[in-house]
Amino acid sequence: MKPATLIREELEGVWCIVLKDLKAYYFKPPNISWGILFPLVLALAFTLRKPSGLSDLAPGLVAMAALFGTTSMEAIVITFEKRVGALERLLLAPISLKSILFSKVLGGSIFGLMISSIMTIISIGLLGVPIKHPSLFAVSLLLTVLTLSALGSLVAVSVKEVFEAQTLSNYFRFPMIFLCGVFLPVESMPAPLQWLAYALPLTYSVKALRQTVIGPLQHADLAINVAALTLFFLLFITIATRLLKKHLE
Amino acid sequence: MKDIIRTLDLTKYYGALLAVDHVNFTVMEGEIFGFLGPNGAGKTTTIRMLVGLTTPTEGTAIIDGFDIRSEILEVKRRIGVVPETSNLYDELSVKDNLLFMAGLYHVPRLKREERIRELLESFNLWDRRDTKFGKLSKGLKRRLTVAASLIHSPRIIFLDEPTTGLDVMSARSLRHLLKELKETGVTIFLTTHYIEEADQLCDRIAVIVKGRIITIDTPENMKSTVQGIPVIEALFDSPIDKSMTEDLSILGKVWVDDNRVRVLAEEIPETLETLINFATKRELKIIEINTVKPGLEDAFVKLTGVEPEVMRLEKEK
Repeated sequence: MKPATLIREELEGVWCIVLKDLKAYYFKPPNISWGILFPLVLALAFTLRKPSGLSDLAPGLVAMAALFGTTSMEAIVITFEKRVGALERLLLAPISLKSILFSKVLGGSIFGLMISSIMTIISIGLLGVPIKHPSLFAVSLLLTVLTLSALGSLVAVSVKEVFEAQTLSNYFRFPMIFLCGVFLPVESMPAPLQWLAYALPLTYSVKALRQTVIGPLQHADLAINVAALTLFFLLFITIATRLLKKHLE
Repeated sequence: MKDIIRTLDLTKYYGALLAVDHVNFTVMEGEIFGFLGPNGAGKTTTIRMLVGLTTPTEGTAIIDGFDIRSEILEVKRRIGVVPETSNLYDELSVKDNLLFMAGLYHVPRLKREERIRELLESFNLWDRRDTKFGKLSKGLKRRLTVAASLIHSPRIIFLDEPTTGLDVMSARSLRHLLKELKETGVTIFLTTHYIEEADQLCDRIAVIVKGRIITIDTPENMKSTVQGIPVIEALFDSPIDKSMTEDLSILGKVWVDDNRVRVLAEEIPETLETLINFATKRELKIIEINTVKPGLEDAFVKLTGVEPEVMRLEKEK
């Protein structure tokens, strides 16, 4: 088979799985309402806490919405499909394991993008926080959801049960919220915590989003954040594929 | 007729455990090939290697001209698989499940609707096309799982224990469907622990025990290995407990199904005497005693030493 046909068929398979996941799991009424309520409640809570303005917190809130949006449902989808044998159904089809995992990451990313976009709209429309560099913000947000979704897939393939996926996700999620500059700048933390923060992907997401929303934009710094997110994405998806292959054996 | 599946020393270790031991067999195009064996014999592991769910430790198999080690995507394009559990998507309708499978198996867009209608009509599921998979009965779920495996018109289908857990009517209807499929030229590779099912459906049967193939033959030839050895079947007035059958162990091959005892009787007078003594000792009444023509079950017991009833109960548990 020609390489071009092979690539086309792999992409067709990926898209097919993404659409199926969105229809069967993500775009169910309870998930949609959670997806709208979560950023609304988050914004409302912080507005009440700090009525003077949310401009410095808005990028962190968008990153937080992306973190919960990508990892929460995706971990459930993957562990559930592993458990009921539906993932095996995909593995029987003429599509590679990498593409199957990528489609799962893409499904989680689309859901995460939806929630973080709602948070962005709230930030712009209701809280009056303008985005200084919209196109660079879009690239940073896209990379953020892909990387965090890849992290979600890594967690999901590492465990057997749905509740284990949720527990393990929280081990990552809550420390990341406090360490990665969502509420207070990484630079203001003690040195050991700063090192820890730089080992976590959300730090680079918050930095990239902050630069593109509030500024000042430093191209070299933004490039480092984008490169770090790309590396984390590749690392997570590679380890997750290996773990899934091992699990299947 | 040419061979469509050929295994070459197919072997699988799980750590130190040898699950499948240098298995060699060929399946001819258009035949129904049964893969029979007790639980844990290596049936499912063999099928998982053939369909690309696990990699062989040693050896390989050639399916429709493609090597499962190096050309698994080509193999997957040519096969349909019905796993032991009906694992389609509960939240999607019957039709949406098939649309998804059609996309995944690259059925041309313009032909998808036509192919789905054709399959749903031939599997008597057209009226249920908008019902969610999760709302279907076990039998209908199984039917749809078989239909889904045929979406891309594969040349070979693998069925792992297709009738396990189905009611009598659904199982019969599924067997009928498989016979019809064979008529269309599809090669069927079937694992089952129902010996009667293998007898009714299969052109040839391979028996696997402890990871090794111990025989491959037609059901008729297998039965002939026990021809001439009469089988005595005794019906007692109450169920026979497994622990009670120790008294009958001197008879050799004995198997029990509720209140029925079957013995492969090398010596008829001795067998009858032992059965009468057993009934007297256990205060049981013999309601009926017959000699019956040995069947595939008797050949299977002779070959494997495993009681089919025990195998069925273990599986259904």
